[in-house]
Amino acid sequence: MSVGQIAAGRVPAISRRAAKRDPLLVAALVTLCAIALVVIAGPLISAFDPNQLYAGPISGGPSLTHPLGTDDLGRDILARVIAGGPASVIGPLVVVALSTTLGSTVALLSAWFGGWVDGILTRVIEVIFAIPGLVLAVLAVSMFGKGLVAPVIALSIAYLPVVSRLVRAGARAELGKPYMAALRIQGVSSTAILFRHLIPALLPTILAQGALGFGYAMLDLAAISFLGLGAPPPSSDWGVMIASGQPSLLNGAPEQSLFPALLVVLTVLSVNIVGARVTVWAEAKSS
Amino acid sequence: MGARTVRRLLSKIGALLLTLFLSSVVIFSAVLLTPGDPVVALAGGVRPTPEMIDAIREQYQLDQPVWVQYLSWVGSVLTGDLGTSFVYKTEVIDLIAPRFGITFLLVIYTLVLIVVFGVGSGILAAVRRGRVEQAVLVGTSLGVAMPTFVVAIVLIWIFGRVLGWFPVYGPGEGLLDNLYHLTLPAVSLAVLYIAYISRITRGAVVAQLSSEHVETARVRGIPPSRIFRRHVFLNASPQLLSVAGTTIASLFAVAAIAEHAFGLGGIGVLLTEAAARKDLPVVQTLSLMLVALFVVLNAMVDVVIAIIDPDSARPRRDA
Repeated sequence: MSVGQIAAGRVPAISRRAAKRDPLLVAALVTLCAIALVVIAGPLISAFDPNQLYAGPISGGPSLTHPLGTDDLGRDILARVIAGGPASVIGPLVVVALSTTLGSTVALLSAWFGGWVDGILTRVIEVIFAIPGLVLAVLAVSMFGKGLVAPVIALSIAYLPVVSRLVRAGARAELGKPYMAALRIQGVSSTAILFRHLIPALLPTILAQGALGFGYAMLDLAAISFLGLGAPPPSSDWGVMIASGQPSLLNGAPEQSLFPALLVVLTVLSVNIVGARVTVWAEAKSS
Repeated sequence: MGARTVRRLLSKIGALLLTLFLSSVVIFSAVLLTPGDPVVALAGGVRPTPEMIDAIREQYQLDQPVWVQYLSWVGSVLTGDLGTSFVYKTEVIDLIAPRFGITFLLVIYTLVLIVVFGVGSGILAAVRRGRVEQAVLVGTSLGVAMPTFVVAIVLIWIFGRVLGWFPVYGPGEGLLDNLYHLTLPAVSLAVLYIAYISRITRGAVVAQLSSEHVETARVRGIPPSRIFRRHVFLNASPQLLSVAGTTIASLFAVAAIAEHAFGLGGIGVLLTEAAARKDLPVVQTLSLMLVALFVVLNAMVDVVIAIIDPDSARPRRDA
């Protein structure tokens, strides 16, 4: 028995089979779990206070005490990446939750009632679609001031059109299927059709869109932080860290920007892979 | 174009104009939705002096009913009177005009990159199945997770520190020098869009390649290059054009990120700076301009699609 086989023997059979069938998906899920673990449990294992100045050398490279190096104020980058985790992850989660719930509700109302309800809602969605998400977020910041609360709400609205168009199309297709007519003829109530049949049938589509939306929201919110419209210092998310490390890039100390950037890219990449798989699954299920 | 196509086109453009009207109402109402006194909101969130209060009241007709305020605001914007910024203490037009050129050049440069590499790689992936297709698919999967600010910092690090081939700060002097300075910003903006457009192109071309009319053309012995030009690419182009309007309009907005990273004083930086200083009049004007751009571009796209493919004006089966 080779070393590889012994090592593999410790992994449960089911995940070994999954890894063989779709290594990319497994890698994505493992990455996401690792990031979630760091975000949740990170503060407990973090050796340094994220805001402690001169905890190490100025713009120091990776070392044993500072695995990701130190920033231009001598703060531990690992501790700061961990501390910035919740702000970087919770924002996109809220955007996905709000935009998916609102968008699906609008879409279901549109598809269910049709007629003038559909007409008005479609027009509203068109208007939102005409304003780029970043512009809506910037408008919100100029109304309510800096910080991520206003951009999160603005992006939740800006993401409505994508969700609602997708769900509306899916709902109309589903409602047109023969079994829906059969349910009606049998006298099944509208609420039962809606909650027992229509929504469960659409759930895979909604989930897939939610995963992809999380990636977009993370990029947009990080961009807003990068532009200096997010949370004020010293609290900082990954977007703020990337921006604050820009001057050090030219001094040959890229760690401060590169590590949070790498985290953003890894998270979005993993979420996209999972989202793509869920989409395939949703399409296979609906056809 | 037949009469039916023209009618469909007019109704589409009518819908776009309605969208423009409604979104201008949304942008206008930002003043009303801002917590506190609208005068303070328009003054940039600071306590205004008595002269400023009078000037703001007069410019926005704040003692009139809301719909009069809206009409006077839209009227002035349409006639080119963009009002005064009380934060920058200057005319809004004087803020926008000198900054517009660099943003425009940046967006055009980015678009060229997107068309050449996005459409190019998409076609390549569709025509050369196998290795090339795999490489493009892996590249686009990575590309859609590469936001502008990440590409920008990597480029600044590589070119500003390690290689030094391209400048990483400022817009430069004169057109050629401008283009030289805009290379890295344009690349950083383009990467995500190249991946996105490449996927759409590949999808559209693959769908055409396996369609019946292309099969028929092949059986009739028409040369492949001619089939591609006349039957595949022309039929795939409406799908690409339909995202062009949205893409260009959003490029003007996200240009802010590249301008911020590379120290280019364009309208994107003006927009974010104005937002940070709570200068609502400047943000509103720029937002309205971007939405107007979106509407105009989409109307143009609809006309071009109607010329290429009159059938597309037909109601879609899946909608």
